[in-house]
Amino acid sequence: NFLTKTILGKLDIEKCLTSVSTGGSTLLGYIGIDTIIEQMRKKTMKTGFDFNIMVVGHSGLGKSTLVNTLFKSQVSRRSAGWARDEKIPKTVEIKSVSHVIEEGGVKMKLTLVDTPGFGDQINNDNCWEPISKFINEQYEKFLKEEVNITRKKRIPDTRVHCCLYFISPTGHSLRQLDIEFMKRLSHSVNIIPIIAKADTMTTEERQEFKQRVRKELEMSGIEFYPQKEFDDDMEDKSDNDKIREAMPFAVVGSDKEYQVNGKRVLGRKTAWGVVEVENPNHCEFAQLRDFLIRSHLQDLKEVTHNIHYETYRAKRLNENGGLHPISSSDTQESNL
Amino acid sequence: MNSVIYHICTWWLVTVSTGEGARAVPLAGHVGFDSMPDQLVNKSVNHGFCFNILCVGETGLGKSTLMDTLFNTKFEGEPTQHNQPGVTLKSNTYELQESNVRLKLTVVNTVGFGDQINKEDSYKSIVEFIDAQFEAYLQEELKIKRTLHSYHDTRIHACLYFIAPTGHSLKSLDLVTMKKLDSKVNIIPIIAKSDAISKSELAKFKIKITSELVSNGVQIYQFPTDDESVAEINSTMNSHLPFAVVGSTEEVKIGNKMVKARQYPWGTVQVENENHCDFVKLREMLIRVNMEDLREQTHTRHYELYRRCKLEEMGFKDTDPDSKPFSLQETYEAKRNEFMGELQKKEEEMRQMFVQRVKEKEAELKEAEKELHEKFDRLKKLHQDEKKKLEEKKKTLDDELNMFKQKKTAAELLQNQAQQAGGSTTLKRDKERKKNKEHMCTWILLLL
Repeated sequence: NFLTKTILGKLDIEKCLTSVSTGGSTLLGYIGIDTIIEQMRKKTMKTGFDFNIMVVGHSGLGKSTLVNTLFKSQVSRRSAGWARDEKIPKTVEIKSVSHVIEEGGVKMKLTLVDTPGFGDQINNDNCWEPISKFINEQYEKFLKEEVNITRKKRIPDTRVHCCLYFISPTGHSLRQLDIEFMKRLSHSVNIIPIIAKADTMTTEERQEFKQRVRKELEMSGIEFYPQKEFDDDMEDKSDNDKIREAMPFAVVGSDKEYQVNGKRVLGRKTAWGVVEVENPNHCEFAQLRDFLIRSHLQDLKEVTHNIHYETYRAKRLNENGGLHPISSSDTQESNL
Repeated sequence: MNSVIYHICTWWLVTVSTGEGARAVPLAGHVGFDSMPDQLVNKSVNHGFCFNILCVGETGLGKSTLMDTLFNTKFEGEPTQHNQPGVTLKSNTYELQESNVRLKLTVVNTVGFGDQINKEDSYKSIVEFIDAQFEAYLQEELKIKRTLHSYHDTRIHACLYFIAPTGHSLKSLDLVTMKKLDSKVNIIPIIAKSDAISKSELAKFKIKITSELVSNGVQIYQFPTDDESVAEINSTMNSHLPFAVVGSTEEVKIGNKMVKARQYPWGTVQVENENHCDFVKLREMLIRVNMEDLREQTHTRHYELYRRCKLEEMGFKDTDPDSKPFSLQETYEAKRNEFMGELQKKEEEMRQMFVQRVKEKEAELKEAEKELHEKFDRLKKLHQDEKKKLEEKKKTLDDELNMFKQKKTAAELLQNQAQQAGGSTTLKRDKERKKNKEHMCTWILLLL
């Protein structure tokens, strides 16, 4: 350990002080500042985390299954058989369900926001509006709470941290609806486009499709997460560049296990073989999961809080110099 | 079989619901979000930490030395003199780094505290300073375009209050100051230069101090005991408050080690020896165990209290008399409209005044113009009169001139005739000439 010190504002810079360690005893230079990491970690583990994820895509793309596969639990009940007598909703509904999951002492309150009815009608004009409204309502809720005189110790965070947009695996290009939706919402929420049901394409088809999709996204000026402009430093940039090159991830979801080569794996069984969900040769699910959960979970929350929320707040506070109360929302909260 | 048990368990867990209406769902495998605390911590490490300490105490109690000893560096220059007219606060920021943790440490010293004859206002500058830091943060938070996540937090996280080692009790200045500060900052009282007190006296002194603090209702910072891992150590430490410390940056060789110590003829006080003083305890508590908690308390308790008071002072309320919850925005908007209305009124007033002034000025100018015209007319008339007079005069003069000319020619004619007639008339001629000359002279005189 060595201690470096720079005195701000003074012109002379003193030399680094190196501590003298005499065999085995505590280093003379050690103060203990780095224990703050442990302190912080303990505190955050005690309070737990919130994470809100939204899935958007027209029905039948396997949204619910994918979320269940990602979080290895039945967070969405819809995957349990599509009931035949359930009508397709006339407009886009917003259904949000919360679960508490715990792993390794870390408690996470996961909220899944589903959007049944998106892209399902004949005329899909403005079907992104209910979604946009929902997202803005969550920001509004947070803003109202933040601006109170007596505030809660921890403001409940219902803002959408991540929006998974499911692209239909047509193999050709993006649909008009896809581009419209992503263009409009990429500035208010983190959008992660993914190619659903990727087991309908061969590896070459998949690569071509991904390239085409990426080019189209670039041409339409859609900044999906991780956005280039928010890269902090060179290390971040190189990490995120690698991810951006590989996006959109082509995934397959499944919550059934099968026996393959003596191991039990999650997969889809077909007459010609088993598609293994977590096999990187078969699909990119593992990559998506690592990216989403294991490395960028906190970053998603931070970008939402520091950038999207702040943009919303600034816009809101500038409107006519004040805020107007929002009309009652039509979100449904169902605790299944 | 396994799947049946799994389904039964899931079904059972469905009936168990955890707080906030969310049910707990079991995980069928490793998801990986237990790396969340690591992700959070990594981000914070990249960002760096801030810690601000305020040292309050009389001059000469060893505040700067203690800071040097705590953070193992040499911070300041020379010690301050005792002749300060008032209390000022001097703050210095340092960047320390240990392994990969960067800490921006700000040490604020009170200069001149307790040196004046009349110490009634000593605490005021300290309270003002702390409030100013809260105010700066509040302003940043209320901005429309704000950058809270990269804001350099200058709010005071811990206040070390240095008590003079009299061995008897707290001074009244100490009590008053601590009472004013306890709702604004986390106060940790410490007994400075405690090598001046013997062990038995120290125990009595500590008891006296704690009882005085309690009886005066001073809320000092209690180390948190709700987290099991630190509850035990924190509660034992709580019982050792206030810590009796000794600071020293000089090193003395004891045995075969160099330790920080103060050397006296009768022995050596080792700073890091727990039998000699509580320095190690202070360091443990302040830095190694509770730094994060101090920061959190400052933000969630003291800052929120300040914010609430400030906003209420500015006239915002959360609920109106009918106890319908107001929002800050509505009040803000109402106030803003009021303000705009006032502004408009003022503008109108000013405009009226301006118009009136213009009218007055116009009237004045018109008056002046009229006067000028009159003057002009008058002068013109005068001028014309004069001109007429002069012309008349000229005319009379011209007439006289003509007459004189006529007479001259007549006289010359006569002269010529006389010359032709003879020379005897020269006398007559001379006489006549003289006469004519005389006449000419009189005419000329008349003309002039």
